[in-house]
Amino acid sequence: MLHVKNLHASVAGNEILRGVDLDVGRGEIHAIMGPNGSGKSTLAQVLAGREAYEVTAGEVTYNGKELLPMAPEERSREGIFLAFQYPVEIPGVSNTYFLKAALNSIRKHRGEEEYDAADFLALLKERMKLVDLDPALLNRPVNEGFSGGEKKRNEIFQMAVLQPTLAILDETDSGLDIDALRIVADGVNRLRDPERSVIVVTHYQRLLNYIVPDVVHVLVEGRIVRSGGRELALELEEKGYDWLREGAVVGK
Amino acid sequence: MNRVSGIPRTPAEQVEWYVGHFKSFEKRLNGEASSDVHTLRRRALDRFSGLGFPGTRDEEWRYTNVSPFVSIPYEPVSEPGGRRVDGGGSPATKFLEGIAVRGLPGYRLVFLDGHFAPDLSRLPENGAHVRTLSGVISASEGVNGDLMGYLGRGAEKDRENPFTALNTAFLREGACIHLPENFHSDEPVYLLFHSTHRPEPHCSHPRNLIVAGPGSSVPIIEEYSGPGNQPYFTNSVTEIFAGRGSRVELDRFQHEGENAFHVSSLYITQEADSAVTVNSVSYGSAMARHNITAVLAGEEAECTLNGLTLTTGTQHIDNHTVIDHATPNCASHELYKAILEGSSRGVFNGKIFVRRDAQKTDAKQTNKALLLSDDATIDTKPQLEIFADDVRCTHGATVGQLDEEQIFYLRSRGLGPEDARDLLTNAFASDVLNRIHLEPLREHLQAILHVLLCKGRILAENE
Repeated sequence: MLHVKNLHASVAGNEILRGVDLDVGRGEIHAIMGPNGSGKSTLAQVLAGREAYEVTAGEVTYNGKELLPMAPEERSREGIFLAFQYPVEIPGVSNTYFLKAALNSIRKHRGEEEYDAADFLALLKERMKLVDLDPALLNRPVNEGFSGGEKKRNEIFQMAVLQPTLAILDETDSGLDIDALRIVADGVNRLRDPERSVIVVTHYQRLLNYIVPDVVHVLVEGRIVRSGGRELALELEEKGYDWLREGAVVGK
Repeated sequence: MNRVSGIPRTPAEQVEWYVGHFKSFEKRLNGEASSDVHTLRRRALDRFSGLGFPGTRDEEWRYTNVSPFVSIPYEPVSEPGGRRVDGGGSPATKFLEGIAVRGLPGYRLVFLDGHFAPDLSRLPENGAHVRTLSGVISASEGVNGDLMGYLGRGAEKDRENPFTALNTAFLREGACIHLPENFHSDEPVYLLFHSTHRPEPHCSHPRNLIVAGPGSSVPIIEEYSGPGNQPYFTNSVTEIFAGRGSRVELDRFQHEGENAFHVSSLYITQEADSAVTVNSVSYGSAMARHNITAVLAGEEAECTLNGLTLTTGTQHIDNHTVIDHATPNCASHELYKAILEGSSRGVFNGKIFVRRDAQKTDAKQTNKALLLSDDATIDTKPQLEIFADDVRCTHGATVGQLDEEQIFYLRSRGLGPEDARDLLTNAFASDVLNRIHLEPLREHLQAILHVLLCKGRILAENE
């Protein structure tokens, strides 16, 4: 459902992605691992349509459509969801209002009827259970004053409400203790669906103990240098990334 | 005739223009011309004549050039203008529906071109605590005599502002609210000052006196509106005296017509344990200047000033606040926000004095501006003068555009770029609007601002 071919992207003249190739099938979970600065988050942001990154070469098709010309909101309406590494605070906009506006714009795009207030609230209550979110957070401004764990949980809660076909989790495990990590991972697992693909971007293997990937990719210096099964993650845990970094240099 | 003919171009002609008005005004006062009130007026006229209108060399008016406006020959209005009513039904009711906020309980005083309109108003039957100022002046004996003692007590301390002097010179009509000790009401007193269509530029000088007795509380609304297609000048002064332990919430909103010149000056004097909150929402007129001066004269008094301005085109709105911490243990909170579009201009000048004896003062001032276009500008100037040593005073000012991170976050959840901007702009404004406690008014303003912010501007939506 997602095909990335020779993707190059740069920010402020620095090339970060240097030819990424990636194929994600329907219903699959892919993990993208790599050292700091390897381009993992850039890849996640480019797929979500972040305008700060300039795509200089390559192409991306998603469900048979050209992804790169689409605006961020079009990608969202087509079913792409990015769980942010650093969720943004939006003072003055309640979580509920925000989600209703988001869901209705997606439904409108699909030609579906917009939710009314009562139905929408019922939906929220049901989906909150997936991530064990404190109901008080619904009426608070989006992410404002949330703890790190609450922010990440709120991202997965949004995913549960918006029901994307491709979810990209950008370092969702960073800054989480083990309990929070488990809650977030459980939420993602409950959202597993044959129609839903997930890309998990992470630096550490530990998240993959909970969200078990079908394929693991290693991104080093802007290229995927190795792909494999789950055991690759364990190998990385043991050996670190340096052996692959050298390989990348040699392969250049 | 003492009237200056033609356009008052020079400062001397401008002063003479209003001196001419004053002479005609005086002739219609009959017996009142020998009263104490009239002495107050005459002194104020002399002060105005000495001061003249301000220029931008005057530090207090550096960013606000009123010259193009004060040279317009605004005529005084001896009779209120005609009412435009569409459709059938009772003309008064129809007219009122077109200009007033609906669904507000409580008393209502409507003034057209500065004149009281009894048929549009709703006053208490016994006439006790809510009256017109002219009614109080013409019966100024006994208990009214005490009340008259308050008149000018706050405003007269301001020796520098010619607009206040000008208002006092023409002081006659407006609202007079006098709350007896421990009087309490959740229902607002709604004061509506509306200017009508007239063939010539015109002016009015509304004057309000609010005296809250010890332990009393009431919400008050002041609204200023008028027609969009003609120049006129509203120059209002309101004095509030908040007695010991009283609580006053004043919600003011200004949406004068797009060619209007509006000046309002509010003088607050607070005694011990009193709490005064003023929420000012300003989005009309071509040029507006709002002055608020609060003197915290008794311990443990608390003053809260919130403001929201929205400007577009070539509009100019200036907020000047002065909070004078004259006694210990008082608190003041200020939050002023501005949203500017087009090539509009905003000014915020917030002065805080902490006198030598005013230890344990807690003063906080915040000013935030959101610039939605490259040509909009805001001048913001906090001025803190602190003479006590054990105080907490903070101030902060931010000027910026919408946050790109926030816009991307919203777009990544499916909202279009316009919707994302509207949502964030509304959120910026709602911070102030949510502080208005009167629900029908809050909802009224939210709906109007939502339209202004999201669907293009509709100045003078009454037309």
